Amino acid sequence: MAEARADDDVRAHPPEQTPEPTPARATARERREAWGYEEATAGRGPRAYRGLRAYQGVRVYFLIVGMWVRSTMAYRTSFVIMTLGNLVVTALDFAVIALMFSHVDVLGGFGLAEVTFLYGTSSTAFGITDLLFGSTERIGRRVRDGTMDTLLVRPVPVLAQVAADRFALRRMGRIVQGVVLLGWSLAHLDVDWTWDRVLLLPVMLVSGAAIFASLFVAGAAFQFWASDAAEVQSSFTYGGTTLLQYPPTVFTTEVLRAVVFVIPLAFVNWLPALHILDRPQPIGLPGWVGFGAPLVAVACCALAGLAWRAGLRAYRSTGS
Amino acid sequence: MTADDAAFIEVDGVEKVFTVRRRAGWVRRERREVRAVDGISFRVPRGEMVGYIGPNGAGKSTTIKMLTGILVPSGGRLRVAGIDPAADRTRLARRMGVVFGQRTTLWWDLPLRDSYALVRRMYRIPDDRFRVNLERCVELLDLAELLEVPVRQLSLGQRMRGDIAAALLHDPEVLYLDEPTIGLDVISKAKVREFLREVNAEQGTTVLLTTHDLTDIEQLCRRVMVIDHGRVMYDGGLEGLHAVGESERTLVVDLERELPPITGIPGARTVRVEGPRQWLAFPATASAAPLVSAVAAAYPLVDLSVREPDIEDVIAKMYAERAG
Repeated sequence: MAEARADDDVRAHPPEQTPEPTPARATARERREAWGYEEATAGRGPRAYRGLRAYQGVRVYFLIVGMWVRSTMAYRTSFVIMTLGNLVVTALDFAVIALMFSHVDVLGGFGLAEVTFLYGTSSTAFGITDLLFGSTERIGRRVRDGTMDTLLVRPVPVLAQVAADRFALRRMGRIVQGVVLLGWSLAHLDVDWTWDRVLLLPVMLVSGAAIFASLFVAGAAFQFWASDAAEVQSSFTYGGTTLLQYPPTVFTTEVLRAVVFVIPLAFVNWLPALHILDRPQPIGLPGWVGFGAPLVAVACCALAGLAWRAGLRAYRSTGS
Repeated sequence: MTADDAAFIEVDGVEKVFTVRRRAGWVRRERREVRAVDGISFRVPRGEMVGYIGPNGAGKSTTIKMLTGILVPSGGRLRVAGIDPAADRTRLARRMGVVFGQRTTLWWDLPLRDSYALVRRMYRIPDDRFRVNLERCVELLDLAELLEVPVRQLSLGQRMRGDIAAALLHDPEVLYLDEPTIGLDVISKAKVREFLREVNAEQGTTVLLTTHDLTDIEQLCRRVMVIDHGRVMYDGGLEGLHAVGESERTLVVDLERELPPITGIPGARTVRVEGPRQWLAFPATASAAPLVSAVAAAYPLVDLSVREPDIEDVIAKMYAERAG
């Protein structure tokens, strides 16, 4: 009951022990004053409110995730098969690259260990986001059939509900694959591990996951206007991660410019990874550009947050 | 009663305009404005139970969605418990319960009890309140046998009862019901109505319900609002609806033998004759007593009965007049 305990902390005045249901009108009023995080943070400024709201969002996210995991377990065999299938598909995905290196030694100037490093970082960052936020791309369906309404009448952040919707544990497969490949590449890379490179590795993974998350959220927000745009979203998210699995040197400068300046996918792994691998940055970017990843991630998340709000306001529901 | 209570729900000139884009040719799109809600105003005091009726597409659901904060109004002013729903949606959410007749909020693959446990944590309902409320719902809605059953195995009526319970566990001050009895059998309907009456009477919960089943309204609501084409056409008691709709009651008289149509009764006209039985129509607002004595004085009366006007006819008539 740890969670129930945590609730008590944020309540301004825990409700008095009411012995028996007294006339509900009075108690309803009492509780209204004691319950909400809006009330709990009254007079403590907007930061306290936002903090508590964020805490609520995370808490509700995991509550709903728990419900979905238990729902999934109602069909255990199906879950096992789906998970295995997922692992096989992601494994085959890398087999393409492994096959390529059985014929060539370098790809765009990058050796197998280096390409695997790119693949592993891209896959891990994306896998984390896909597990936690992947469901947001399903929002279009809820917008179309109007079940979005049921999420909007609850006193918890909608984004948390949408992200946790139909949470699929089987997506762990990609993280497993990414981490395994990343581990293998780290063992085979010839890198001078200075402190800045060591630091950049986890920073890159977290920032990369955040950039992907902002793409998921922005794409979900877009579906409030175009409820059938899930494919557009996938081309940036799933398409993006595939792109990042290959060395930047195999792409044209136009593509590189687009993923640096328009949709900053390059900050997910390319630019930080190039610093770790001690290679020059593409299209004349300065050597320190890889360290910009966290800043880019924060900016992306802020923009995605704004898009989400605008989308929510534009929600039109359905006729019935 | 405070000012807040007298106008618990305040709706002032609220509008909702949707822009509909339609494909007209390959690339060209036509834009058209649809006024789903076209300047609605009303007030609901705390603790009242109001029926909200109208044909499909009249703007009922759109109004409810604006009241719950799901939709942002295009114009006008809207307050529920002093809160602007669209601006402060989550704050209001804790104080309201919503049941969409066609969409369940229960967890399909999990026992009913699990859905309630999630509600408890989402709304952060204190344990003692939750226990009391769940017990009450289980008793009144007859859910005891169903708590451990996965929702997918429940019948429509059982699921609806489950949904209504889920909307009431956090002691909402206002409850919105969108078609709560749709598709239910007679027994389930009766159970749901009974429960709603009880909640309204005991908890003082304000209830706003839309329905196509006028029996719901007749049995539950003293006040009814009729809406069509996004406007309020009628707002008042059920009886008043008859006056406005110029509906008629019918006096059915059985005479001793076949006679020509009854004439000379002030305020009534004979509408049908079938053997010794005759039907006399008179305004729903008038009393039947003088009529009966007038008929009895002039004709050999054997038996009689009075038929109340069918509210459905009244409303159909209102729509027809509006359209015409």
